[in-house]
Amino acid sequence: MAPPAQSQRSPSPSQPSGKSEVSDLKLQLRQLAGSRAPGVDDSKRELFKKVISYMTVGIDVSSLFGEMVMCSATSDIVLKKMCYLYVGNYAKVNPDLALLTINFLQRDCNDEDPMIRGLALRSLCSLRVANFVEYLVGPLGSGLKDSNSYVRMVAVIGVLKLYHISASTCVDADFPSILKHLMLNDSDTQVVANCLSALQEIWSAEASTSEEASREREALISKPVIYYLLNREFSEWAQCLVLELVTKYVPSDSSEIFDIMNLLEDRLQHANGAVVLATIKVFLHLTLSMTDVHQQVYERIKAPLLTLVSSGSPEQSYAVLSHLHLLVMRAPYIFSSDYKHFYCQYNEPSYVKRLKLEMLTAVANESNTYEIVTELCEYAANVDIPIARESIRAVGKIALQQYDVNAIVDRLLQFLEMEKDYVTAEALVLVKDLLRKYPQWSHDCIAVVGNISSKNVQEPKAKAALIWMLGEYSQDMQDAPYILESLVENWDEEHSAEVRLHLLTAVMKCFFKRPPETQNALGTALAAGIADFHQDVHDRALFYYRILQYNVSVAERVVNPPKQAVSVFADTQSSEIKDRIFDEFNSLSVVYQKPSYMFTDKEHRGPFEFSDELGNLSIGGEAADNVVSAQRVEENDKDLLLTTSEKEETRGSSNNGSAYTAPYDGSSTSVFALQTHIESAISNPTAADHSPQASLAIDDLLGLGLPAAPAPPSPQLKLNTTAALDPSTFQHKWRQLPVALSQEYSVSPQGVAALTAPQALLRHMQSHSIHCIASGGQSPNFKFFFFAQKAEEASNYLVECIISTSSAKAQIKIKADDQSTSQAFSTLFQSALSKFGIP
Amino acid sequence: MISQFFVLSQRGDNIVFRDYRGDVAKGTAEIFFRKVKFWKEDGQEEAPPVFNVDGVNYFHVKVVGLLFVATTRVNVSPSLILELLQRVARVIKDYLGVLNEDSLRKNFVLVYELLDEVIDFGYVQTTSTEVLKSYIFNEPIVVDAARLQPLGPAAIFMQGTKRMPGTAVTKSVLANEPGGRKREEIFVDIIEKISVTFSSSGYILTSEIDGTIQMKSYLTGNPEIRLALNEDLSIGRGGGSVYDYRSSSGAGAVILDDCNFHESVRLDSFDMDRTLALIPPDGEFPVMNYRMTQEFKPPFRINCLIEEAGHLKAEVSLKVRAEFPSDIVANTIVVQMPLPNYTTRVSFELEPGAVGQRTDFKEANKKLEWGLKKIVGGSEHTLRAKLTFSQESHANITKEAGPVSMTFTIPMYNVSRLQVKYLQIAKKSSSYNPFRWVRYVTQANSYVARI
Repeated sequence: MAPPAQSQRSPSPSQPSGKSEVSDLKLQLRQLAGSRAPGVDDSKRELFKKVISYMTVGIDVSSLFGEMVMCSATSDIVLKKMCYLYVGNYAKVNPDLALLTINFLQRDCNDEDPMIRGLALRSLCSLRVANFVEYLVGPLGSGLKDSNSYVRMVAVIGVLKLYHISASTCVDADFPSILKHLMLNDSDTQVVANCLSALQEIWSAEASTSEEASREREALISKPVIYYLLNREFSEWAQCLVLELVTKYVPSDSSEIFDIMNLLEDRLQHANGAVVLATIKVFLHLTLSMTDVHQQVYERIKAPLLTLVSSGSPEQSYAVLSHLHLLVMRAPYIFSSDYKHFYCQYNEPSYVKRLKLEMLTAVANESNTYEIVTELCEYAANVDIPIARESIRAVGKIALQQYDVNAIVDRLLQFLEMEKDYVTAEALVLVKDLLRKYPQWSHDCIAVVGNISSKNVQEPKAKAALIWMLGEYSQDMQDAPYILESLVENWDEEHSAEVRLHLLTAVMKCFFKRPPETQNALGTALAAGIADFHQDVHDRALFYYRILQYNVSVAERVVNPPKQAVSVFADTQSSEIKDRIFDEFNSLSVVYQKPSYMFTDKEHRGPFEFSDELGNLSIGGEAADNVVSAQRVEENDKDLLLTTSEKEETRGSSNNGSAYTAPYDGSSTSVFALQTHIESAISNPTAADHSPQASLAIDDLLGLGLPAAPAPPSPQLKLNTTAALDPSTFQHKWRQLPVALSQEYSVSPQGVAALTAPQALLRHMQSHSIHCIASGGQSPNFKFFFFAQKAEEASNYLVECIISTSSAKAQIKIKADDQSTSQAFSTLFQSALSKFGIP
Repeated sequence: MISQFFVLSQRGDNIVFRDYRGDVAKGTAEIFFRKVKFWKEDGQEEAPPVFNVDGVNYFHVKVVGLLFVATTRVNVSPSLILELLQRVARVIKDYLGVLNEDSLRKNFVLVYELLDEVIDFGYVQTTSTEVLKSYIFNEPIVVDAARLQPLGPAAIFMQGTKRMPGTAVTKSVLANEPGGRKREEIFVDIIEKISVTFSSSGYILTSEIDGTIQMKSYLTGNPEIRLALNEDLSIGRGGGSVYDYRSSSGAGAVILDDCNFHESVRLDSFDMDRTLALIPPDGEFPVMNYRMTQEFKPPFRINCLIEEAGHLKAEVSLKVRAEFPSDIVANTIVVQMPLPNYTTRVSFELEPGAVGQRTDFKEANKKLEWGLKKIVGGSEHTLRAKLTFSQESHANITKEAGPVSMTFTIPMYNVSRLQVKYLQIAKKSSSYNPFRWVRYVTQANSYVARI
């Protein structure tokens, strides 16, 4: 089907092209404008309708502005409404003509019918013309005081519209404080809700420049306001607004928490999914510091979430399912008995199936793995090929989680026998991963893999996996050298460089295990590799060739080192990112599985987005509770429930330096990674012939050299690995202490490369006993607040660190309890920073 | 908070377009439509209901083939926007009586009127059909409902069954009976969608009922209504409910896993006598949604056999047995089964004397389709099909075909046995006796038999 834009550019005969019709309409409108004949309103209605329908399909009818305004002198409310709609749409492009409308709109604002007053006021405020703001202030002022709630409702939103046209006019007229008064006193809850929406927008925008506004914004989440709002009866939509605000409120003690939760308990049974999710967010955030209750909340919200998923339209259930997915990923063990709810239905769209497959993978444990894998195997034969592939991958992931591996390996091997190309391809990749983790299964797997004809495997990933296995297990596979040989012979037809790289390595491996049978193939492969146009393939072939020339036994050690089984495969998403998404529960972040800074610009992250607070931290005007703790450690899944803003007591124990583990172990993750390391190591001796400077330059290039010679850390300064500092103390100290040192360092290129997100640096600094309390920003500008403590005494160092990856500079401000050691600390900090990004 | 709202036809034409905040560029409808149309090159995958293009978030729901879309730049609650879009569609339907492209085009001024009141500057004001009545001045232009694609499961009541006044569900809330008097009536529909998966040996792997009690009231003066459900109804799986001292638990009890309620429902006496009290707002709305995994007797048993029958040939035998009482009739039954990829030709053989059945081999996606107009309770129907292949099958042929899936509608039947025992309307006078319609329907959601 043709894209729609096209059809509009060259309209079909049934779609009016515009020009002649519009001038026709113009004429007819003119004739009617002055007429007082009976029935004229009906003909006007017909004409207006035509105008609006043209407007809808995108035909420019702005040239009728004058005529439309002339016709608008009417008491017919339907006509008025159409006219308002038209005027609202075109006033912005016709400011001069729009001035004509001001008059009748202002008059209507004083009509005795509240409906007309409201409608006129709404249209007046929707003109979006900056010159008119002076005409708005009066009608808005009286609208806010109107006796009719409909007019007040419109006026409140009108104030917000005015703010967007001219912020200063709005603030100068003191409208925000009138709204505040209305919010706390109006009898109509929709007026109250509109005030809240408007004030949140206005004060959030003002907060960056006005301390008063940021104080006012804080006041919205003060106890009296929150309690007042919680006790009023709002429409379902306004409830969502209020509940979102409540998540920002920090109760003083646990009895308050329970009061709020009891009050909101019945919202979990609401038929509107948005209300339920907003309530759940409140529950989750309130109980973060109470492990047991938090877990109970998970149990409690399970049933309502599942009900929402299965009622309503597919779209609504998708939104809820995404949130369920997030919770399952955080605490799979809580959902492990509900796995049947995550089974896919044949008619579900792929985006739903995909979420469900991930959930099934996550909840697999000793007791349910057999059934889950059985179910997944059904999907593998599915007509929906992408889902079939993902199902096979899911089986593999479950196998790698170590439950009931025995049965799973059998299933995977059955996949290989199914003889569907895509199934074989996916299964091969999995078998390869499995073998890396469970070398003990090699015999069973190899027997089956050996039967697969390499001709039936076309996908590069699968082919690479097969070749890897041929090389790795060539002593067990009778035909390995011959299969490899035939692959080498077809070198030129192999389009994927990845496959050719694997082929080189596999032939090398095979050579050391079965030299006489492979020698020929190796020669051909090296020759073809060295002649290869692809740089990496060429380099690797050359490297193999030279190392074989240099010393065959060294070559064997490099290519066939004793292998360690891989224990953990790298997780794709860091736990910091996951926590960030959890903080943004009930927002798009959950659906996209990305924190908001990755897809939205700053001003659109919602009135209370967390990273805003980071900026305010340096101003010092923020309440302590709003500083999100960015300090995170790797957790096992039980801890995951607790990470978001750990309270002081939990932080002390969980921050224990030893609890931190690197996301993956570079040395054993992949043999190919290993080879890359060795390759680069080998390239050094060649460089050694050159002058020392050149070699240093190359070292630097490879990320192996010493960066800008950091001074050795002063021996007397040792940092506490388990330092703890809560955000409010940090803030307090930051405000009190003078800046002890202010410096600019340069950041190494590999550091710049590694700093794709603030989280990366946090982990690194933490391994140097420097902890992060808040972080934010995105490439190229990042901002961090770190702290550290002396090992032997409670003396703190506070650091503000702004890193620009575009200029490769880090600006550091250090404040210290003990000023005399700040230089020593600075050195320490700099040396830690300089090691960032260096493996 | 949303920036724009628009409704697109299946072909991508703007039927209604409303910009609320002017902070998103104009061309969004085209960007959106192209993105949805060409989500993945192979056209196999549907676009998700929410996605982001260049910083603009697009939300959409599909209603009767139309796309209801909202855009925003803000990181909002996706649930809220999708819920809102669905609700806007419902409000429009309440006012137009029938929702489809034709009725929208004819009534777009009324729709704009509604949109102006439902959302102001991107913030939801009200979605209550009743509250909106006082702001709406246009009158709906009624379109012919008969040849229209029905909206929602309740629409099946429009077909055939004489007991139901056909126009009821397609009546605008603004409509008056000829003669200016409104007809006093109220509809309560118990709609259950069931999902069952049978293993290849006919054993039930999973089963679930997703039910809704839907209400549509045309009563004047908003009287209070009491809706009594089964007395032995209990909520919460495992029978650990506090109330089961009363129930004769076991055979007769209806146990819901969970449920939720419309905000107008008061549950004051629900714990005591399982009655819901509410003052129904105008328009159509779900009183209660419920979910049940308690075992139930599936209405249909499916038996499928596929066997090789000589070189490049195979035979399929499909048997469907209706396991509900003979006074119940299921209608619009479709049985589908994917066949091996290399199937080139299929010849069908229906049972002797078969009426109202059709068979089809969908060449494009290699699917066998068997449609039956109706199935009477207790009866059994068989289809045989001879397949011709273009190549020899290497592996187990059962792995290359299936699973068998089925869709159907069974009016006046519900598998959960949840019932509306009585529907009481607070009386205004002794002569006040409005029409009350309580209707049941069971539909297949995902009804699958593996082979």
